[in-house]
Amino acid sequence: MRPRKILREIGLEAGLLLIGIPVLLWTLIPIYHMFLFAISPKDAAFSGQLWPTHPTFRNFEMVIGQKHHFLYHFWLQMWNSLVISVGTAAITLFVATAAAFAISRLRMKGGRLVMNMALLTYFIPAAFLAVPMYKTMGMYGLLNSDWSLVLAMATLSSPYAIWILRQASDKLPVELDEAAMIDGASPFQLFRLIYLPLMVPSLIAVGTYALLLAWNEYLYAFLLLSKDTAITLPVALGNFLSADDSPWELLMTAGFLYALPPAAIYYAFRRYMSSGLTAGAVKG
Amino acid sequence: MTTTTIETAARREIPRRAGFALSEKQAWGLLFVAPYVAIFIGFVLFPVGFSFWLARSPQLYVDLAADPIFLRTVINTFIFLIVAINLKMALALFLSGFFTHKRWWVKVLAVLFVLPWAVPSIPTILSVRFMLNPEWGVINTLIFRLTGEDGPNWLNDPALALSLSMLVHIWKSLPFWTLILLAGRLAIPGELYEAASVDGAGAWHRFRYITWPSMSTLYVTCTLLSMIFTVGDFNSVYLLTGGGPADLTHVLATLGIRYLRLDQIGLAMASIVCALPLVLPLVFYMMKRLSK
Repeated sequence: MRPRKILREIGLEAGLLLIGIPVLLWTLIPIYHMFLFAISPKDAAFSGQLWPTHPTFRNFEMVIGQKHHFLYHFWLQMWNSLVISVGTAAITLFVATAAAFAISRLRMKGGRLVMNMALLTYFIPAAFLAVPMYKTMGMYGLLNSDWSLVLAMATLSSPYAIWILRQASDKLPVELDEAAMIDGASPFQLFRLIYLPLMVPSLIAVGTYALLLAWNEYLYAFLLLSKDTAITLPVALGNFLSADDSPWELLMTAGFLYALPPAAIYYAFRRYMSSGLTAGAVKG
Repeated sequence: MTTTTIETAARREIPRRAGFALSEKQAWGLLFVAPYVAIFIGFVLFPVGFSFWLARSPQLYVDLAADPIFLRTVINTFIFLIVAINLKMALALFLSGFFTHKRWWVKVLAVLFVLPWAVPSIPTILSVRFMLNPEWGVINTLIFRLTGEDGPNWLNDPALALSLSMLVHIWKSLPFWTLILLAGRLAIPGELYEAASVDGAGAWHRFRYITWPSMSTLYVTCTLLSMIFTVGDFNSVYLLTGGGPADLTHVLATLGIRYLRLDQIGLAMASIVCALPLVLPLVFYMMKRLSK
């Protein structure tokens, strides 16, 4: 290699590092700060040290053992979050899979209208729909029940799910259906024996999307649920803010435990997520 | 021999079944979309229609206009949308280029980079909030240790607090848009860049004449989509500033909820109706774009 080329290579590497290091710090500092709080004794997390002098698991013991009055229902609230996320994922999968099948494979009349309904819902800013949703959930008598949040989250997640599934389903060859129809398959058999098995990767992406959306949701959860035993974990974490004497280190510890499952799920299904979920956006 | 009989049998079968199959298909289709249509009617159409009806009184809009917080909120929302989104999308475009470089550590960084998006907002935004605490937050502790002076009261200054909310918003959603734009970049054929390099094009020319023309539609789509999502971003402002100090950092997403919590549902809906001239053109444009 000629010296000029070597110099250019070094310049490129240096430039990449000059971008990469700030990006790394920017990404990790808030998360690391949370972790630091969680492993520091009370009042020691504020010192600005990179690693606590006496790291401790006491905060984790306090949270896991529910040993603070803010945390008496920690596990119950974690359970509520889990039930609501799984419920949302199940309903979203059911609703969106069926709708995408009718629109894409059966090419039903009115399919376009349904797709437009879904897109319109997708484009209503979430915080704007929250006010009407709260009001109507009250009218339906669902406030403070798991169902209110599950249905609200399914309303928010199924439009994008339908959109993604329709895109994936459109890519399956039409000949498959034609051949099956000739063999006398009913539309339901098409759905069960051809469509579902071929759609598995997209179904995983969509299910994960709905699961994470519901697990991470704060606004709808805090509007629709209010009893200490009915709320999900993020609402409980938000309630720390209303008190003056909140134990911040416990809040950060509980928040850390709450953030672990979605991060783990995201990384476990990353392969499906990035191909399944970005495809729709890129094509548009 | 057997295959031909099956084929002829099938061919004879088709015309007889065709008329029947069409209506059968339609019936199944209706059955399959029914759950979604039910959800749409019960949880979108009816709530939205009912809320419009609640927000029908002109007096509400007079009251809304008379509320000084409302005007401030509208201005904040515009600043938030224009500054935060353009900054975020420009950064995402830049970083998507960075992530196309093939190095093992860039790959590792790409995996970590997604964390803000994959992790729920509330713990991370509260973590930032504690960092900014004027008395014991880590930032002011460091400022004091380095300069011997007290740091600013970050969240007590409306301009500073709103800027920090924008930074939190960017922190949270930058990874998502970077990934989308990265996918767009990777779809550009590599031969174009190779040919350009042979012709001696520098980095800027490659971007100007190859990357940007292939990406501009995607970039604009993403910017508009991000605008719609950001109008509905409640967490970045509410969890960081709570709308304070003195309700000066509200955006439309948090103002509606504030009225709701004050039990003024009419005002809450009216404030949302006022946002529609901003949101609806974007929505219709996006729908036209996506419902091909």
